[in-house]
Amino acid sequence: MKITLNNRSEIFKENNLTISEILKIKNYTFKMMVIKINGKLIRKPEYNSATVVEGDNVQILHLISGG
Amino acid sequence: MNFNQIKNKLKNKTVGIAGCGGLGSNCAVALARVGVGNLIISDFDIIEESNLNRQYFFHHQIGSYKAISLQENIALINPNTYVESHNIKLDSENIITIFKDCDVIVEAFDRAEMKQLIIETTHENLPNKPIVIGLGMAGWGNSNIINVRQSDNLFICGDEVNEVSEDLPPLAPRVGIVANMQANVVLEILLKD
Repeated sequence: MKITLNNRSEIFKENNLTISEILKIKNYTFKMMVIKINGKLIRKPEYNSATVVEGDNVQILHLISGG
Repeated sequence: MNFNQIKNKLKNKTVGIAGCGGLGSNCAVALARVGVGNLIISDFDIIEESNLNRQYFFHHQIGSYKAISLQENIALINPNTYVESHNIKLDSENIITIFKDCDVIVEAFDRAEMKQLIIETTHENLPNKPIVIGLGMAGWGNSNIINVRQSDNLFICGDEVNEVSEDLPPLAPRVGIVANMQANVVLEILLKD
C-alpha cells in the first residue's frame, strides 16, 4: 500500500498495518508522540488497533523537550 | 502592506502563549513589537538566574513570576499591546478556558509531556484553531536544519531532533530563532485574511 507518512509518500508491502506495526517497521522508538490518521488523533491505547490502509495520511510527531 | 496597515490589522487580534520561558518570552516580545493587540500569556514558574541565558527577563527580576514579569517587560516595549497574564499551571481544562478565544495559540513549554498535552487538548476541544509549536532547538550552530512544517492546523517550528540535555542546553541564539520563527508563523496566519 502507498500512504503519506509525515508529508512524504511511503510504500509498504502489506495492505494494512496497525500503528504499532508501522512504528516497528520504521524503527520508531520515541517515548512521546502525537499520532494522527487522516487528521484523527490516535492515542497510545489505540496503537494496536488503529489500522492504516492505502491512501491514508499518517502523521507521527516525535515530541522532544526544550523551550 | 505598509507597517501602519499591518498594525491596524494586528491590533484586533489575540494570540495565546502557553509558557513564558525561552520560547514564550521571546515570541511574545516579537509579537508585541509588531503591534499584536492582545496577548494572553501563562506560566506558573519563577525566574531563576539560569533562565537568563535565553529568556526575555532582566537580572533584577530573578525570583519574580515569569508571567507577571513578562507583562511588565512588554508594557515597557509597547504599551499599546494589552496583556492578560495567568500565573497558573496549565492543564487540559484551563488550556481551553484561557485560550478558547485566541486567533492563534503558541505552544511555548519546555517539557515534551506538556507539548503533547496542549496538542491533544486543542485538537479535541478547539479543532481548527491554529497552534504553533516549538520542537527541537537545543545546542548551538546548525541554523540551517531549523524549519517550519505544517500538518493540518499544527505548525511545527524547530529542527525536530535536538532535545535538551546536560550537554546540549537551550541557549539564546537557537531558542531565539525558533521563538521568532513561531512569531513569524503567527504573523503569516494573522495577516492572511
